[in-house]
Amino acid sequence: MSLTKKQVRQIATLARLQLEEDELHDVVDKLSKIVGFVDQLQTASTDDVSPMAHPLHMSQTLRSDEVTESNERDLIQENAPSVQDGYYVVPKVIE
Amino acid sequence: MISGETLHRQTLAELAQGLAAGEFTSRELTEILLRRIESHQESYNAFITITAEIALQQADKADKARANGDGGYLNGLPIAHKDLFCTKRVLTTCGSRMLQNFVSPYDATVVEKMALAGAVMLGKTNMDEFAMGSSNETSHFGPVMNPWNTKLSPGGSSGGSAAAVAGRLVPVATGTDTGGSIRQPAAMTGTTGIKPTYGRVSRFGMVAFASSLDQGGVIARSAEDAAMVLEVISGHDHRDSTSINHPVPRYVDGLSRGIKGLKVGIVRQHFDEGLDESCAEAINLALNTLSESGAKIVEVDLPHIDLSVPAYYVVAPAECSSNLSRFDGVRFGHRAEKPQDLHDLYCRTRGEAFGAEVKRRIMTGTYVLSAGYYDAYYLKAQKVRKLISQDFVNAFCEVDLIAGPTTPTTAFALGEKTDDPITMYLNDIYTIGANLSGLPGISIPCGLVGGLPVGLQLVGPHFEEERILACAHQYQQLTDWHRLEPGATI
Repeated sequence: MSLTKKQVRQIATLARLQLEEDELHDVVDKLSKIVGFVDQLQTASTDDVSPMAHPLHMSQTLRSDEVTESNERDLIQENAPSVQDGYYVVPKVIE
Repeated sequence: MISGETLHRQTLAELAQGLAAGEFTSRELTEILLRRIESHQESYNAFITITAEIALQQADKADKARANGDGGYLNGLPIAHKDLFCTKRVLTTCGSRMLQNFVSPYDATVVEKMALAGAVMLGKTNMDEFAMGSSNETSHFGPVMNPWNTKLSPGGSSGGSAAAVAGRLVPVATGTDTGGSIRQPAAMTGTTGIKPTYGRVSRFGMVAFASSLDQGGVIARSAEDAAMVLEVISGHDHRDSTSINHPVPRYVDGLSRGIKGLKVGIVRQHFDEGLDESCAEAINLALNTLSESGAKIVEVDLPHIDLSVPAYYVVAPAECSSNLSRFDGVRFGHRAEKPQDLHDLYCRTRGEAFGAEVKRRIMTGTYVLSAGYYDAYYLKAQKVRKLISQDFVNAFCEVDLIAGPTTPTTAFALGEKTDDPITMYLNDIYTIGANLSGLPGISIPCGLVGGLPVGLQLVGPHFEEERILACAHQYQQLTDWHRLEPGATI
């Protein structure tokens, strides 16, 4: 299975990854190899097999709806690249 | 009197006895190991951050507690954490440029439990970027060198932890295992590495790669040491919704359970042409040792095991593409300079700060989850995962454990497999099945080939860590492979 440059550019856009033009050739080549490799899965007969999302039979645990966390905004925002008055700053979204 | 020249060679259990007997203090031990870490940093590159100040504070606190007759189970004992476990007020980089300045606001449960038990954290170990790699070469902070031969890879992704333990820089270190990242580096460095049952150790504060596969564990120099640490870090955690509420046995007390009468399964496909012949000989000798001690070796069939690597390379990248979407340049981590708009901010931030392997996995995951391909890849892989998992369930109706090689070869050269991702992925061919099925597995040293360690893997049914630790411990009572230090010959 071989992916095209156009497909890889589309995947990169979906994944929000900027790829440089000089990376692209290598990415196309290696992603094609990976997709070709996982194509082996098609050889397995999986009629009537239920998909497995979790290794153990578990149901989601619930807890009572109580406030357990304290407000640590300032501590958490120490890692933020840009904040103002407790808000995260991003480029203007609405014109 | 302390023997500073040999203290680093002692196992965790021996060090615990020495501390208890007052032969040396935790501060003395900590200072010795910190000096060793510093002096080996250039040759092994095993650490990303050395936390000397914290270590000495924790050591003094442990010594004081001991003097007062207090102190936890690991009081004063030195450890290191893979740099994927969040550590409060200490850098947690996950081996990535994305998090090179990230100072965690909280401790992972594993870190918290170790600290409460009195352990002394010497530092944060190097790793493949976001735990994606099998050679430690994808780290933003440079590759780790294998103490057995610094031209070789220590394996990955917990390569820094494995090299630090093998190089006698620290007696034990934590690791994480999504497809073999504890067991494979343990095999390649002559150390003992255990990945417990999925859900046994809390994932809270472990930077997520593939959440249905990720599991924390331990790299140590013996099964006994691994048991000591696993006992501390296991158990239910309400902060991890996939954590299992199941009693944690005293693993150390269970070590004396013998091998006699144990039914050990071997899988034909694990001995196919992919396995190096000399490694196969070492594995067969180890199986003979188990057999001579009263274990019964029988063949078991895992009909779908050949599809484990392809299934993994759909499931793991799919989960990774979802998990790593949090790195957006807004709340923490790297941010691109002068973004034109939000889309540009996301794309350049991620394009600049993720390495090539991480980008490949994110894109593979994005592809297999995208419209038109979901059924053919992701859903199909989840069904194959079910088949593989069912094979193990069936096998464990016949046997108590499954034994075989951990890796197809001994440690390979740095740079040898970086050109072809598939060759690198196939390194985990014997380990991935346990992750897909959520089973506990251990790798223990069982021989030398060309002067390099070979790993024997033992996999057990869910929650049977005690059984695999006991078998590993009994094997280590009969053999000395786990005691060999880098440079040893036979």
